[in-house]
Amino acid sequence: MKKLVIYLMSGHGTPALAAAAAEGGANIVELGFPFSDPLADGPVIRRAAERALGEGMRTRACLDCLARTRELLPDTPLVPMTYAALLEAYGWDRFAADAREHGATALIVADLPAGDRPELRRIQLVAPTSTDARIRLAADRTDGWLYLVTVTGTTGARDDLSPALAGLVERARAVTDIPLYAGFGISTPAQARAAAELADGVVVGSRAVETAIEGPAALRSYVRSLRDALDAVAP
Amino acid sequence: MTDTAGLYGIYGGRYVPETLVPALDELEAGWRAARADPAFGAELDELGRSYGGRPTPITLAERFAPGKRLYLKREDLLHTGAHKLNNALGQAVLARRLGKRRIVAETGAGQHGVATATVCAKFGFDCVVYMGGEDIRRQRPNVERMHLLGAEVRPVEFGTRTLKEATSEAIRDWIANVETTHYLIGSCVGPAPYPEIVRELQSVIGREAREQFLDAEGLLPEVVVACVGGGSNAIGIFAGFVAYDGVRLVGVEAAQAASLADGRSAVLHGALSSVLADEDGQIADAHSISAGLDYPGVGPEHAWLRDSGRAEYVSASDDEALAAFRDLTRLEGIIPALEPAHALARARALDEELVLVCLSGRGDKDLAEVLAAK
Repeated sequence: MKKLVIYLMSGHGTPALAAAAAEGGANIVELGFPFSDPLADGPVIRRAAERALGEGMRTRACLDCLARTRELLPDTPLVPMTYAALLEAYGWDRFAADAREHGATALIVADLPAGDRPELRRIQLVAPTSTDARIRLAADRTDGWLYLVTVTGTTGARDDLSPALAGLVERARAVTDIPLYAGFGISTPAQARAAAELADGVVVGSRAVETAIEGPAALRSYVRSLRDALDAVAP
Repeated sequence: MTDTAGLYGIYGGRYVPETLVPALDELEAGWRAARADPAFGAELDELGRSYGGRPTPITLAERFAPGKRLYLKREDLLHTGAHKLNNALGQAVLARRLGKRRIVAETGAGQHGVATATVCAKFGFDCVVYMGGEDIRRQRPNVERMHLLGAEVRPVEFGTRTLKEATSEAIRDWIANVETTHYLIGSCVGPAPYPEIVRELQSVIGREAREQFLDAEGLLPEVVVACVGGGSNAIGIFAGFVAYDGVRLVGVEAAQAASLADGRSAVLHGALSSVLADEDGQIADAHSISAGLDYPGVGPEHAWLRDSGRAEYVSASDDEALAAFRDLTRLEGIIPALEPAHALARARALDEELVLVCLSGRGDKDLAEVLAAK
């Protein structure tokens, strides 16, 4: 079965939204820990981060959000996704330990390239611009699966699935057997299906964050449409 | 001064999305190759001389600072009116060596944007400059200059609408267009190797000033003073004196944008430095009447110079800068930019007699702001 990863920004309503996403067929939920200056993110997630910070979603509140989500979803992998600035302030080791204690399965740091801080176990990202050597390094160091950034760009919906994904999958398959999940620029069921024809799973962020504004029912239905598209892919 | 990871003590590094790492590796390799190539240095020297107007003179400011031998290093006389051209010319030559023909840049006061638009006109590059909406309002003449020079100025209308957001948007543009585009960063900030590149390209200020001061006084200055926003003019003039332990180095920040005085260790725009941030690492808002100093971060090498004690950092308020602006204008016939007016405000109050101040740019761009502040 192709995996579906849904990204949600931490917030007061996020545990219920994460539960709705899981009901809709999400296998993994990423929880954004907002940063004021998120370089990897396009306007949708940047604005969601601004709103979250405006409602007080600082690091400790995000950890509480994670713990409440874990209570609702005892078995779903939960992955905080954040920026180095938060870990620098909180303490790198302490953040990793506290995240795990609050229910995190793994961790993503959007601006900490593979090779830096090898002692911090995390899901590594590779991009179309990554060299083969860097893909190998990231695959060696990653925690569970490798995050393929499908576009040369920031997060956010695109009209078409990135043509760079096929080549990136091919290069990653040449160096690793670990699962490859594709994200950035995937928002429609058709794009999710096309990406899943190549990769082992897909990550959907910006459109999920937009849909979540309409509430758990809308999110569940949207995630279900993605799930159905993935289930139509031959295993 | 940097190790291979681009660190200054604990500061610096590369906190960037993976997409940029290969481009930073390419930039680093291209920079090392250029530095090893005598033709690169010769071209920069020639461009500085015949296009930029180097060497810029030093001027004794007797009426502004009576009782002292206070000299101004006249980067205001450089083509485009500020020290920013030194860096823009150097990075343009570097971009050409890397085969990049599209340039993105951020600007606060607009001086770096104008310098970038200028070199892009000269080199035939496409040029996009990101600028906060608030800065577009208060630095209108520079926006018009950029347009005339053929650059596209893209307003940034979120957050503080100043240099911090403009820098983030320039970096996001670079992420999306990294294969064709060189990011021409304007200060000694950003991920490695940018702080080193900018320092080296601005170090011409310090090299010239040291020789000129020795010629004029037969001695080195007792103290060298420069304003610090991101810190490129300061790091450039300090570079000429940092090896001389007897020369005091003083950086002057804007009082409400004092990243070194009031900041904490935090990550902004790809580097760890001293940043105005809260205890969670969220970046705080800076404020200064001077758009070029209105930035919550600072170059990592300055944070290291502060920690090591080699340089010290003080601040000046908007009002103090405005007073120094008016005095230099009336007493010396030199209209400074508001940024170096902060350095002037502190320099004349120092105990030392032999003083060198980096007059990093001219004040034409600030006239509306100064008149409105009366």
